[in-house]
Amino acid sequence: MTKKIRPYIFSRGIDETFKGVYDAFAFIALFFKQVFKPPFHFRQVIDQCYEVGIKSLPLITLTGFVTGLVFTKQSRPSLEVFGATSWLPSLISIALVRALGPLVTALICAGKVGSSIGAELGSMKVTEQIDAMEVSAINPFKYLAVSRIIATTLMVCVLSFYCSFVGLLGAFVNVHANDTTSFSNFFQSGFSDINFIDIFSSVTKSLVFGFTIGIVGCYKGFNATQGTRGVGKAANQAVVTSMFLIFVEEIVIVQISNWIRFF
Amino acid sequence: MEKKAHNIDINEKAISIKGLYKSFGDLHVLKGIDLDVHKGENVVVLGKSGTGKSVLIKILVGLLKPDSGVVEVLGKEVDKLSQKELDALRLHIGFAFQSSALYDSMDVRQNLEFPLTMNFKNLSKGEVKDSVEEVLEAVGLIDKLNQMPSDLSGGQRKRIGIARTLILKPQIMLYDEPTSGLDPITCLEINELINEVQQKYNTSSIIITHDLTCAKETGDRVAMLLDGIFVKTGSFEDVFADKDERIQSFYNYNFIK
Ligand SMILES: Nc1ncnc2c1ncn2[C@@H]1O[C@H](COP(=O)(O)OP(=O)(O)OP(=O)(O)O)[C@@H](O)[C@H]1O
Ligand SMILES: [Mg+2]
Repeated sequence: MTKKIRPYIFSRGIDETFKGVYDAFAFIALFFKQVFKPPFHFRQVIDQCYEVGIKSLPLITLTGFVTGLVFTKQSRPSLEVFGATSWLPSLISIALVRALGPLVTALICAGKVGSSIGAELGSMKVTEQIDAMEVSAINPFKYLAVSRIIATTLMVCVLSFYCSFVGLLGAFVNVHANDTTSFSNFFQSGFSDINFIDIFSSVTKSLVFGFTIGIVGCYKGFNATQGTRGVGKAANQAVVTSMFLIFVEEIVIVQISNWIRFF
Repeated sequence: MEKKAHNIDINEKAISIKGLYKSFGDLHVLKGIDLDVHKGENVVVLGKSGTGKSVLIKILVGLLKPDSGVVEVLGKEVDKLSQKELDALRLHIGFAFQSSALYDSMDVRQNLEFPLTMNFKNLSKGEVKDSVEEVLEAVGLIDKLNQMPSDLSGGQRKRIGIARTLILKPQIMLYDEPTSGLDPITCLEINELINEVQQKYNTSSIIITHDLTCAKETGDRVAMLLDGIFVKTGSFEDVFADKDERIQSFYNYNFIK
């Protein structure tokens, strides 16, 4: 992409920041413009979903389980003081479904999936493969970016429920070992305090997180420059930027869903 | 190897460039380019590294936008087209990248099938297979069908890159340094391939190079790009009969050294 040189409005740094923000929003707008327009690359979307799922499944399983287990273990003494260990299942499930599941999943996916999207598309960009697609009349944004963004959006959502579930299993291991609560009792009391708003905000959150990871990874990849170094930079920035955005979004969405809860 | 007399139609222009300017920021790359490529003609663009040869052909396929000037390809003004029209035009242009630009996640067969199946959804499996085999045959690499690009040599990659553009049966071929980085014998093979493609598919081509053997073998006409303009255009002999010091040093470097 080229631009006419003109004197900076503020300073070089500020101007470029604004330009970056503008470009990022233009990128998002382009996604929504393209996503509903044929041709649809279903095959590509499925492949990418598979990639995303497979890449992060082992780590999410491990992290989810350990999170649930350790969280339960650490919360137990505080609750024991009040003789309230029977609250553990619902405490843990609220913590996992509302906050930890989506967040842990998103952070892991940002690291594993975001960086690999950034690196893959970045290397395609610097080796002119993206240009090659374009000159054979194939829309690279649609073929490469749209399919990846759809895949991360869907899969982070699925994975975050999976993560919450595995986390609950971890919690169950601890609860069962200490209180010999049965599996069905554990889940019954665990889910009794989960309401529609929890599920809804959790789904929204993970959709937003997944979308962020996809958009940022693709944006950084498509804008990679300067050869091999640029590829590494794209991968790195994809992780850093999407993690930062995920935290910001987490705060905003939690705030909004708390307002909704009051009504 | 003798040059083939192919049928050039000087009344029909495949590519017509008038007063083309392009700069990147302060860097003025193209400063008023005029060039016509007739139907069936091979035009070689010679020039030093970094003079904007790649930029020139990228403008022809709409990968870059010109700052000013008129660029017509097959009678259509490239920078005025809608995305849809541009894509339709691109199907008639084969662009062989300097870096080959093979899709490294796909094997050779998938690389070749990709432009075809993505653009023509209702082709049968047999038709696709036939096309793939035809172009692989044309570049002489039929045995590499199932290899990954990373397992190919540089010269083989260039050939597959050319095959991938041929599969859409282009009317125009743009070669970006088809022989750079190759040994002399492979260079000769690529030169031959370019001429074969010209004959077999009756393409009009722009061949970018700084290899004078390639220029001599493949070019019907040679255009010398120096400092952003074509300082001389004509037959190979005409261009290098010029006394311009820069042209002469270009010649000397290639042949006398
Ligand atoms: N997208 C771009 N943005 C900024 N500058 C560019 C861009 N593309 C090319 N340039 C600059 O334009 C000039 C010409 O580049 P170009 O790639 O056309 O050279 P070339 O003649 O093909 O050289 P070579 O023989 O080495 O391939 C270079 O100085 C390059 O830095
Ligand atoms: Mg070049």
